[in-house]
Amino acid sequence: MFCIPYVKCLPFVALYGQLLLGLINGSFYALLSLGLAVIFGMLRVINFAHGALYMLGAFVSWWLSVALGIPYWGALIVAPLAVGLVAVVIEKTMLHQMYRLDPLYGLLLTFGITQVIEGTFRYFYGASGQPYPPPPALSGPLNLGFMILPIYRGWVVVISILACLGTWLLIERTRIGAYLRAATENPVLVQTFGINVPLMMTLTYAFGAALAGFAGVLAAPIYQVSPLMGTNLIIIVFAVVVAGGMGSILGAIVTGYILGLLEGLTKVFYPEASNIVIFVVMAIVLLLRPAGLFGRAA
Amino acid sequence: MPIDRALLEIEDLNAWYGESHVLHGISFDVREGETLSLIGRNGAGKTTTLRAILGIVRNRTGVIRFRGEDLTVIPLHAIARRGLGYVPEERGIFASLTVAENLVLPPVVKDGGMSEEEIYELFPNLAERRSSQGTKLSGGEQQMLAIARILRTGANVILLDEPTEGLAPVIVERIGEVLQLLKARGMTIILVEQNFHFARKLADRYVVVEHGSAIDYFGASELDAKMAGLAEQLGV
Amino acid sequence: MSIAARQGEGRVGIRTGFNLLVIVASAIAALVAPFVIYPVFLMNVLCFALFASAFNLLIGFVGLLSFGHAAFFGAAAYVTAHAAKVWGLPTELAILVGALAAAALGLVVGFLAIRRQGIYFSMITLALAQMFYFICLEVPFTHGEDGIQGVPRGTLLGLINLDNNLALYFVVLAIVAAGHFAIWRIVRSPFGNILKAIRDNEPRAISLGYNADSYKLRAFVLSAGLAGLAGGTNAIVFQLATLTGVQWQSSGEVILMTLLGGIGTLTGPPIGAAITVGLQTYLAALDFPVTVLIGLIFVVCVLLFRRGVAGEILAYIRKRG
Repeated sequence: MFCIPYVKCLPFVALYGQLLLGLINGSFYALLSLGLAVIFGMLRVINFAHGALYMLGAFVSWWLSVALGIPYWGALIVAPLAVGLVAVVIEKTMLHQMYRLDPLYGLLLTFGITQVIEGTFRYFYGASGQPYPPPPALSGPLNLGFMILPIYRGWVVVISILACLGTWLLIERTRIGAYLRAATENPVLVQTFGINVPLMMTLTYAFGAALAGFAGVLAAPIYQVSPLMGTNLIIIVFAVVVAGGMGSILGAIVTGYILGLLEGLTKVFYPEASNIVIFVVMAIVLLLRPAGLFGRAA
Repeated sequence: MPIDRALLEIEDLNAWYGESHVLHGISFDVREGETLSLIGRNGAGKTTTLRAILGIVRNRTGVIRFRGEDLTVIPLHAIARRGLGYVPEERGIFASLTVAENLVLPPVVKDGGMSEEEIYELFPNLAERRSSQGTKLSGGEQQMLAIARILRTGANVILLDEPTEGLAPVIVERIGEVLQLLKARGMTIILVEQNFHFARKLADRYVVVEHGSAIDYFGASELDAKMAGLAEQLGV
Repeated sequence: MSIAARQGEGRVGIRTGFNLLVIVASAIAALVAPFVIYPVFLMNVLCFALFASAFNLLIGFVGLLSFGHAAFFGAAAYVTAHAAKVWGLPTELAILVGALAAAALGLVVGFLAIRRQGIYFSMITLALAQMFYFICLEVPFTHGEDGIQGVPRGTLLGLINLDNNLALYFVVLAIVAAGHFAIWRIVRSPFGNILKAIRDNEPRAISLGYNADSYKLRAFVLSAGLAGLAGGTNAIVFQLATLTGVQWQSSGEVILMTLLGGIGTLTGPPIGAAITVGLQTYLAALDFPVTVLIGLIFVVCVLLFRRGVAGEILAYIRKRG
């Protein structure tokens, strides 16, 4: 038994189960807030459509499976590319016009796009979810001795940590990442060096969107594939981003996982508050450290 | 194309920052391999001239012709590809990049640039500090880095804005040596400089800028004769 | 460029002329309308007009985009409904209590949100409003998915029975007109001028010795209270307070109304509210997804039509005059 004095005691198995769920939610928070931070750094736009793009990733996997018989492994590659392509269209036709305006317009535009995407899916698929089974190779449980781990959930945690680290390495350790960091600081100067910054902005938006699409594929077998799966998520991710501060890539990742775990723990000890714990943490961070846990003071 | 045609021709260039009209029809030529110095008071429009040539100031009219090609119609990022390198007044070293990353940031645009090894040989300070954060360098080192990163790209026209501003004499001297070396390699240099003593060791020709237009042009040999008048005009 | 691009502020003569025209025209229309159009629909439009104008007080005149204003509208609806139904307060008092509750909530949300600026402010208000939504979902007094139903409309000062739609209509009209008068006075007051100075250049306002945060917070509380006045009134009209009122979609709708009508204009938000509520009512009868249309209008407004209806009209008059 595991006890917090005066609060609650419960078996370790239940605790581990909730911590695993927290870690999985944390994986999605991390992947999404990472994408938001990368996009915001370069474009100065908060992408409200991030949740809709995540939903799109899940739906593309489902379509690939139902209509074309393409399995999970194919979807893991095709769906992020498809979502990235949608993002290219959004950026090229609409979003690029927002860069010279107040950043609030970018938020409003992507909010409108979200309404269109989610409303359309809801019109055709209703509010209920479509089932999407995990691939056979990742189905079934794994007995770890101290708990039973559904293999697919373990896979999601591992692969999303790898995706986050990969993105971090790409940005912090490669030449493309150096372009991105430099253009975030001073886009005009980078452009006078002969780098096509407008193209980089398009690709950055597509990359962030593809990360959201990737998270959507990972989520499809865990949650059901439904038009509204990204709706509430995006608001939680906003809170994560405010609490973490958007100045640091690593900060976005770490805050995502920490808040996911904290939410899991809350489900164990005070389930009534589990829906709001992340917002409460955000409020506390705002009181104590307004720039965010990893943010630089403005 | 006539043989004596200038490398870069500026004719009747006007430029605006928002509502304010900064360049009022400035005209001058730059010949291949020469060092041209733009001199004038603060706020005369020297920096804006460089920024208009490079396309950073987009709101401009008139002629900017480079090797016979109109630069005003090509996108900002394509201008560097023609072989123009820019060393801005504020140096523009990136805080989120290491020294080494800052150095290799500008893409190679032409053959004949210096290799990283050659550059580190020329600037041993940078070699020592290649893994530190770019903005942790001293002002002089940052200026060296800002010049060094253009040398790697193979750009053969370099636009330098106040390279000696705020630097100690010994460093100014070092920068002078580097620029002499570039001159010897046949590089074309457009130099905006307040420091007369520095500019006169390098410049082949001068353009005097006032109120956004060119009011005088003369060669290095005429400088001594012009000195008294200039001192009054420029308040130096 | 600030989102409230000072568009309402043309030459004073033009603006006053246009405003006067709109006020006289809407006063006549408001008196005649209930005899022609279904009064409950009109009352809904009026409540949302006040809601949008309260929201616009913040975005248009302080430059703060609140993405959580539904919390204040919805909170007041719950409190008013509860006060009228459970506590048995007289209608006018129930609405007042609702508005005060919204202002108190605004004090808490505003205190946290003004700690960050720009886009962060928007995200914080959205997150806190979502938190409030989850609280409403959990606490017993809101009755969860059912909401508070069967709220009595009561009487006006114990004299006039408000179950009569026409009588209620004129009460609602008076409340909404008073709310708009308050907003107009706030915007024109020295306090309003300082708000506009903060909107246009916050560092300069601070360097002139104004405590920008304190002004922002006061504006936020006023805006929340007025949004609450609209929400409480709406609960009396429909005799209902539900979760719909506190959902983030409602926050999106009030942004749309203001954007469509013209951010930073006094006449725009009511125009936007009338168009939006009209569309929603009309579309509810058709099999067309309302959210898609709202999203499309959002996109079109942001891309092509950032001045909104009133802003375009003002710009047109200015060009001709």
